[in-house]
Amino acid sequence: MTDVVVGGTGGTGDADRPDRPDRPDTADRSAPAGGIDSWRGVAAEDAEDIPDRIGIRLRARSRRLLGSLVRPHRRTLWYILAVVLVQNAAAMAGPFLVSVGIDQGIPALRHGDSAPLVAVVVAIVGCALTDAALRFRFLMRAGQVGQDVLLDLRRRVFNHFQRLPLAFHEKYTSGRVISRLTSDLDALTELLDSGLDGLITAVLSVVSIGVILLVLDLPLALVSLLSFPLLWRLMRWFRVHSVVAYRRTRETIALLIVQFVETLSGIRAVQAFRRERRNEEIFGVLNEDYRRANYRAMQLIAWFVPGVKLLGNLTTAAVLVYGGYRVLGGQMQVGVLAAFLLYLRRFFDPMQDLAIFYNSFQSAAAALEKLSGVLEETSTVPEPDDPTPLPEARGEVEFRAVTFGYADRVVLPDLSLRVPAAQAVALVGATGAGKSTLARLLARFYDPASGQVLLDGVDLRALSEDDLRRAVVMVTQENFLFTGTVADNIGFGRPGASRAEIEAAAAAIGAHEFITALPDGYDTDVRKRGGRLSAGQRQLVAFGRAFLADPAVLILDEATSSLDVPSERLVQRALRTILADRTALIIAHRLSTVEIADRVLVMEDGRLVEDGDPTALVAGTGRFATLHQAWRDSLV
Amino acid sequence: MDTPANSRVGLSSLWRIRGYVTPHARGLVVSTVAALLATFTGVAVPILTRDLIDGPVRHGDRAALIPLGAAAVVFGLAEAVLVYLRRWTMAYSSLGLETDLRDDLYAHIQRLPVSFHDQWQSGQLLSRITSDLSQIRRFVGFGVVFLVVNGLTFLVVGGLLVAIYWPLGVLVVISAVPLGWVSLHYERRYKRQARQVQDQRGEVATNVEEAAVGVRTIRSFGRSRLVFGQFDAKARDLYTFSMAKVRTLAAVWALIEMHPQAVLGLIVLVGAVAVSGGAMTLGTLVAFVSLFLLMVWPIESLGWLLANAQEAISAADRIFEVFDTPPSIVDRPGATPQVDVRGELRLHRVGFTYPGGSHPVLHDVDLRIAPGETVALVGATGCGKTTLTTLVTRLYDVTAGRITIDGHDIRDLPLANLRQLVSTAFEDATLFSASVRENLTLGRPQATTEEIDEALGIAQADFVYELPWGVDTRIGEQGMTLSGGQRQRLALARAVLGRPRVLVLDDPLSALDVHTEGLVERALRRVLATTTALVVAHRPSTVLLADRVALLAGGTVTAVGTHHELLTNVPAYRDILSQESDLRQSERITPAGGGRR
Repeated sequence: MTDVVVGGTGGTGDADRPDRPDRPDTADRSAPAGGIDSWRGVAAEDAEDIPDRIGIRLRARSRRLLGSLVRPHRRTLWYILAVVLVQNAAAMAGPFLVSVGIDQGIPALRHGDSAPLVAVVVAIVGCALTDAALRFRFLMRAGQVGQDVLLDLRRRVFNHFQRLPLAFHEKYTSGRVISRLTSDLDALTELLDSGLDGLITAVLSVVSIGVILLVLDLPLALVSLLSFPLLWRLMRWFRVHSVVAYRRTRETIALLIVQFVETLSGIRAVQAFRRERRNEEIFGVLNEDYRRANYRAMQLIAWFVPGVKLLGNLTTAAVLVYGGYRVLGGQMQVGVLAAFLLYLRRFFDPMQDLAIFYNSFQSAAAALEKLSGVLEETSTVPEPDDPTPLPEARGEVEFRAVTFGYADRVVLPDLSLRVPAAQAVALVGATGAGKSTLARLLARFYDPASGQVLLDGVDLRALSEDDLRRAVVMVTQENFLFTGTVADNIGFGRPGASRAEIEAAAAAIGAHEFITALPDGYDTDVRKRGGRLSAGQRQLVAFGRAFLADPAVLILDEATSSLDVPSERLVQRALRTILADRTALIIAHRLSTVEIADRVLVMEDGRLVEDGDPTALVAGTGRFATLHQAWRDSLV
Repeated sequence: MDTPANSRVGLSSLWRIRGYVTPHARGLVVSTVAALLATFTGVAVPILTRDLIDGPVRHGDRAALIPLGAAAVVFGLAEAVLVYLRRWTMAYSSLGLETDLRDDLYAHIQRLPVSFHDQWQSGQLLSRITSDLSQIRRFVGFGVVFLVVNGLTFLVVGGLLVAIYWPLGVLVVISAVPLGWVSLHYERRYKRQARQVQDQRGEVATNVEEAAVGVRTIRSFGRSRLVFGQFDAKARDLYTFSMAKVRTLAAVWALIEMHPQAVLGLIVLVGAVAVSGGAMTLGTLVAFVSLFLLMVWPIESLGWLLANAQEAISAADRIFEVFDTPPSIVDRPGATPQVDVRGELRLHRVGFTYPGGSHPVLHDVDLRIAPGETVALVGATGCGKTTLTTLVTRLYDVTAGRITIDGHDIRDLPLANLRQLVSTAFEDATLFSASVRENLTLGRPQATTEEIDEALGIAQADFVYELPWGVDTRIGEQGMTLSGGQRQRLALARAVLGRPRVLVLDDPLSALDVHTEGLVERALRRVLATTTALVVAHRPSTVLLADRVALLAGGTVTAVGTHHELLTNVPAYRDILSQESDLRQSERITPAGGGRR
């Protein structure tokens, strides 16, 4: 019989694992300059994502996760087990009944008694029907549990990522977040698709066939089982090598995909700098690597599948001869021999799947490992259990003896600052002076190492996420636009805002004009062609969003740096109105922004070195005066 | 894809792949033959079983067992060898075909103009170069082979069954018809549902991507719950679609499970009657049963193989859709390279309309940049400045007028020549996941270390040497993250590397802080002194790099002059470039009188 599993899943017997674009989480080890791969350059390895080689045992945290996912379905699983046991019995009865038909039905029929034969045929058909019905039942319920678990896991991981602090995201990078939620979940989906059910059935049939053979005829069964140690070794060999081989295919396709996608996204640079030929060289090498990796994986299967087949065939030959002797010697009936041969076939076929299935299992286990790792990350800025309510913030901000540092360096040695409600404060200083850190502490993207950040006298750590975000909004240079229309993106500031409110917000910050000039006005899809906005326009949309959110405290971190002069002027004008009754913390390279501030703070090495009214500072001789002069000079 | 007309088109696409099949034809033929032979050696075991039962067993002839057993061993060995041969040749040739196609497709895609890439999402092209190609590989290496092999197996085994005992043989063959039909039917449905699941997975992935990339925005506004709600709705749909798929699969498997069992019942019934009536021997009945089992897979697989074929057809369609798009920006016949170029850049009544666009972005643009001169291009957001810069290197071709270098229409120069003469720093510094060196040299891997150092010096990109592995450090998405200012300096270094005759810089200083900006400016001045340059500028500081300024408004150049001239005489220019607070200041500046032309 052919060596391919039948059915809709698409032939797991073939060497094709779907080419899942698994982002390469692990950078390659090293690429010293000069080699064929030197173009790729050197990068540090991500130590944390590595476990691709896990073995059958899952780590404790994966087991915990799996346990918590499966627990709600315990009863269903018992039910499924019962169904599959009965189904298996029905399926296994076939060859046995054939043997009964041959050994008892035919002799009886020769004596004119058709009853045994009819009974056997009815039993066969009955078994077939039971088998089919229970199999359907089993697949449905098992599939449902599988999908339930996937949905549950998908939600948990998504939610967890959204709850983890920005500090985590900065380290973890969005690429890895995406691959956790896409390719890792796909790996688990694939495990279910590629026949976790098939595995259960295969294991059951192998075990039950083994038992049946032993019961049918012990000596013959022992002869068949002689092949077992060999089979075991063959499977082990395949398992060990295929893990490596499949990992290699995943790695190589990932690199190929990166090269391809970057060529596309950088097509202008590629063409303008005549990189086509160089790219072809590189791509050719990657493509060849991928081919080799695939070839290697297919080779393994090309050895393994016929290997199993050979064992099966030799066993069959042995059974044929030895069984023949036993039948001749009268120790066994012909029908039993026939049944034996039928069972043997069913015994060896699933073996092929079992080993190939191991690969799905392997990548699923690795995926589970990474996912459970993520789920065990705890938030460094946890929400309070018993938050202090702050329904209507006034916007008074205070830093009280705040210290803060990243892993290896202190950023804010000791900072105290009071900003009364509705004051607009400009924060000025060189790169690395700690301006953004100050802003992030106020937005509670981090918590201070010591000291307190207070809003209206309440420690930020005591506020609920909802209250905090309603009161404090931060607009950064990187303003992300979501799929959808321009109106959707502005409306993100306040879900449920009416179109009129959205337009009013856009008008207030001076974005109404350019938006109405877009192909579909406010309904222009920001991702579609023609809807692509310039950096300045995106910035205006982000401002509109913040304005609509109407927070008591607004933080602008370099928010106007990518605007051209006319847009910036527009925003300046708008800011005056926006900031009128709002506390604001404005960080800007371009000092023009500073002009709308009520107060200027100059930061240096995490300390506030100047603090005062902008006009007074400009008139003085301090750092700000010097900076301001330099900026003026650069203007014309 | 299901209409006959479409599939005919598709078949022709599939047929066009033959050029790629030819080099691997031998392997594929060997593969098919091996598969066929393997299947038929598989037939041996049932036949031997029959001979065993009807011969030695019946006649008590022990000695005859041995040759039969030996034959079984030989056939078993042969089958295994043939299966290995099939898999080996199949892997080798189908992977070779896939690799060849992928190389060619990549090369083709790279040469398609930017306007093509504007219209295609990278995801669409990605799926063509990965899953569509694998689909074709699977079909050529597997689908075609087994359509042939299984068809033949069905015919041969069916024929054998009929020959062995025709009444039962005919019954069994007929019983295959409903199974074949049902499996085909379910296969179609399954394919539809699988596609739906696939698409929905893409939808979910979009939400995931946005939630990951936009996490700062989401957190800043405290919208985690909103975003989760959107994600959850899609995840639930995915669940629903997946369950529909599960149901179809469950039905298919149940059917596949039931059919042979039921037919087995039929065979036992009829066979037993025949044996007791003497129309058939016992051995024949056993062989009959085994042979029948050989036929099950060809029937069951029919639906799957046909679906596989159909998928391959649409994959081929999608691939040739790309192959059939001609690269529209290519060397003209007779294009001759210009080596000794002074670098006079002229735009003659240049007009440009985006493909499919209704109105021109640029029209009647006239501009002359003398060799070594630097002209700044100033205009409001979205007025077409960046578009203009892309025309000079022919990323797009002008749709009216012409651009010349030293009087030669740039379309008469070979592309490679033109793009060597003209170098660009894009506003958005595209970095590849490669070493700094590779990112700088891009198309010129032979660039020397001295050249690289010089370029880094001009762009004030010394930070490169402080990276962990210096210029060998990997940057880009898969490597070190650089700040906007650092990226921009690398883009600048990339542009000035190798000292092109003409430089096109799109707002090269926008992301730099005041201090660095000053340094870069100073270094850049030295380069611009001898290089023809077109510099897009948003800020006065950048404008000051230029000898003259061209104001772009309403899609055309409305004024040309020195910065001070324009500031004084052109209100539109003042409006774009001068900050309110500077108005007073600029009024104090005396007009620079005439300027130089």
